[in-house]
Amino acid sequence: MTAVFDPGAQAARATDAILADTLSGTSRGIVVDSPPGAGKSTLVVRAALELAAAGHPLMVVAQTNAQVDDLVVRLAEKDPGLPVGRLHSNDSDPYDKVLDGLANVRKSAKASDLAGLDVVISTAAKWAHVKNVEPWGHAIVDEAYQMRSDALLAVAGLFERALFVGDPGQLDPFSIVGADQWAGLSYDPSASAVSTLLAHNPQLPQHRLPVSWRLPASAAPLVSDAFYPYTPFRSGTDHGDRRLSFGVASDGSAPDRVLDEAAESGWGLLELPARHTPRTDPEAVRAVALVVRRLLDRGGAATSERSPDPVPVTADRVAVGTAHRDQAAAVRAALAELGVTGVAVDTANRLQGREFDVTVVLHPLSGRPDATAFHLETGRLCVLASRHRHACIVVCRAGVAELLDEHPSTEPVQLGVMVKFPDGWEANHAVLAHLGEHRVRWEA
Amino acid sequence: MSLISTLARLEAVESGRAQPMTTVLHRHLTDRPLVLVPLTTAGEAGAPLGALVGTDRDSPRLLAVSQPRDRDLRFAFLAELAEAVLPHIEAYEDVVEPTERNETDPETGKKVKVEVELCADAPQLIVPSRAGIDFVRLLGRSMRFRRTAEDDPDTPYPAPARVPLLGRWLTHYGERARVPGSSLLLATTDLLNRHWATGQSSLEDQHLGALLAWIAAPAGESGARAALRAELERDGEGQLLCPPAGPATDPAFDNRLLAPAIEKYDRARTSLAAAEDGLAADARLAELTAAERDIRALLAGIMRPTWDAVWRGLDLLKELPEGSRAEDRWTRDRWSFTGHRDRVRSGEPPQPRRDDAVTAAQKLASRETAQAQLEAQEALDDPLVLAGRRLAGEAFVGDVTGVVMAYSESKRPSPRPLVTVRTDERPHLGERTKVYRSLDGRPQTAEFVEYAAEPEDGDAPLLVLRITDRMGRSKEPAPGSVPEPGDRIAWTLFEHDQRGGPKLPDPEETPWTHGGPPGATAGQAERPDPVTAEDLL
Repeated sequence: MTAVFDPGAQAARATDAILADTLSGTSRGIVVDSPPGAGKSTLVVRAALELAAAGHPLMVVAQTNAQVDDLVVRLAEKDPGLPVGRLHSNDSDPYDKVLDGLANVRKSAKASDLAGLDVVISTAAKWAHVKNVEPWGHAIVDEAYQMRSDALLAVAGLFERALFVGDPGQLDPFSIVGADQWAGLSYDPSASAVSTLLAHNPQLPQHRLPVSWRLPASAAPLVSDAFYPYTPFRSGTDHGDRRLSFGVASDGSAPDRVLDEAAESGWGLLELPARHTPRTDPEAVRAVALVVRRLLDRGGAATSERSPDPVPVTADRVAVGTAHRDQAAAVRAALAELGVTGVAVDTANRLQGREFDVTVVLHPLSGRPDATAFHLETGRLCVLASRHRHACIVVCRAGVAELLDEHPSTEPVQLGVMVKFPDGWEANHAVLAHLGEHRVRWEA
Repeated sequence: MSLISTLARLEAVESGRAQPMTTVLHRHLTDRPLVLVPLTTAGEAGAPLGALVGTDRDSPRLLAVSQPRDRDLRFAFLAELAEAVLPHIEAYEDVVEPTERNETDPETGKKVKVEVELCADAPQLIVPSRAGIDFVRLLGRSMRFRRTAEDDPDTPYPAPARVPLLGRWLTHYGERARVPGSSLLLATTDLLNRHWATGQSSLEDQHLGALLAWIAAPAGESGARAALRAELERDGEGQLLCPPAGPATDPAFDNRLLAPAIEKYDRARTSLAAAEDGLAADARLAELTAAERDIRALLAGIMRPTWDAVWRGLDLLKELPEGSRAEDRWTRDRWSFTGHRDRVRSGEPPQPRRDDAVTAAQKLASRETAQAQLEAQEALDDPLVLAGRRLAGEAFVGDVTGVVMAYSESKRPSPRPLVTVRTDERPHLGERTKVYRSLDGRPQTAEFVEYAAEPEDGDAPLLVLRITDRMGRSKEPAPGSVPEPGDRIAWTLFEHDQRGGPKLPDPEETPWTHGGPPGATAGQAERPDPVTAEDLL
């Protein structure tokens, strides 16, 4: 007889342990691994509020301006009276205009203007330029797995102790030049901030958020098995808690059938005939656009634990994910041709940290003659397959399984470098095998 | 691979000739490069076998090691290499020009101008292939920590006097070669591959002979055929007519020619050592000399084709005019050369075995800046490279059809003219995407506002851009700073200049996340290699 699993209680226990370590622990750093949609941002906001309430002013380091602005807004929502500083760059339009409406948020390009505020937030890039200030006692580093080791080096002098929060399964940071010469060094500047931190401070406490609130029960097991085999998590909702339905019945076309399959099972694979294509495969791009168009036309409605009534799936609740920027541009153009606006179309890198009801993904290996390390990267597929609350539809040319078998990973093994598990090859096969059960063939 | 290089390769396959990828030369080539063609011994990492080196294409200096496993001979080779390379480097050290550099005054913390020397030119080193660059690095690593009798009179196997110094220079060159766009140490295959696209795979492009066959195929023969011959054709004795560019040698050469020659040399040496009287010794010495001569002739024979190929490659490259911004990058190479000269002169120790955390981060940051800058500069220097970026949606050329004056909404309104541009290209523009154009050699920024009116069928779309800078301080834009109708302008979505990154902490201030200051846990400064059991076989 197994105990009834209570995701809320389990997540609360994990959060309490993290906050206890943060507020009264003795170690200089705490690392929190968070699977997709496990409430990472909520944790960051809560930790910041509790630290500030306990009289510890702190700095928060995020990776992009959008993330910073999002955190500022969330902090202000939770505690409108909290004095927050938004440190920004000298560019034009350095921050979201929404912040201008928040009474207790002070914005400046100079750290000295923000001295004394309870919480000061900025990007790692901006923090790196802050010099000659009294170091903060506490810091929170958000998206620490996407931060490069050299970026942490530039800011680590600004704080005494820090909470590092991030998702180890997402895309690793990259550099535009080769960095092999430092591979295997504990402080390899192109590695992630967390790997350097842990290499030098292996005794730091590491926590894990065990529940994904975003991923539906249909997706969490697959994402957990394929991308987090040694640190499994589960979904906060159960089968049947979420439902996707359409106001208009299927017209029998392939896009409609794959939509129905995805609404039913959470996953859909729209398989085009095998073919080697250029990156911006016009047929696949058009198929992606058609699926989105039909999804909106058929009046998709999502029922979830958030509200008792179905909520319409509007364009802003839909995203299209691709591997390359030119593919994203091609999909945007195809959507514009079909008269669809407001759908987020972006690469995996830029979709990181975002959440939608339904995602349509152009498979990174679709139509390719080869499988390079870039296209096999575990994080890329993981990001693309874990942005949705209800359903994910993958558009792909047939033959990817064979392609994978022809291209086993051949990356050189570097001494001293942790081998990442699972490798992209393995993860791709796992996802593909699962998608194969939800396949709809595109007929010409 | 970019779309344009794929297309160029397809064209190369179709026409049987390599296709130009550029209209100008994107690396600086000096008038007197020092060419080095090194060979290494199979199965013995870092054991040089021989080299051709020199600045005169007609008379290379031949260095050879008759028995590569003999460490005395190896040292003799390295000493001779130092003799061939160091005078060439030193010839540039004292030809200087005075210049100014911004430095931070340690006392006041202010930026001040300091008079410094900058070497007027720098010695350039050319090797045949990328593997040659790695070999230069390996030689540097194997030499720079050696001790000479002068460093330490008690050292059991002192290195010849100038060998550690050569090691430091080769290390510097090897490290500099990792900076994108630098030209101190270049591989001929890299140079040729940057400027031409062949119809073979990029792996085959690493074969200097095959590469040249595509670029300069003999009349009446296709590049593919000529390349195949270069890769495979052998003479009656089974030897490649176009030996590999090294440093690795062809196994057929090793087995059938080199091994017997070295064996003969070894036998001659043993018998010389066993000679009992002067007369016998004389005869055996003659045998030894003859064996040595044979090895030298063999090595010269397989290195000479590569030597000539390197010079032929340089000839082809020099037919291209140099890109205008390549000079600018060469100046940075000169700074790099001058900087290392100063470090050597001030008696600093050799480069450490591994970079510390701060140095590694600094190097990575400066190389990323250099890479972005190189890509931008090549596109600005060369319409063919720009065409590739246009095809990728990262740049576009358009005709200005109209300009409407507008002003920013602030207390002191500044000009923000709206420029309408007609282009039939498809740049990846999003709301407020920044675009740049070159105005008198400096970048001017504009932002994308919208697509004006739906284009009529067949008509090129109209873009509206808002110019945001470089129009002077007054209310009216400075003359010539705003495009005019009829202007045809190239806009890029990438920046032309790169901002430097943030200043990193000093190595002594390395934070706890990166292991604290170097040397706190490990020993102090890097020391020369300790003597191990393997050193005394």
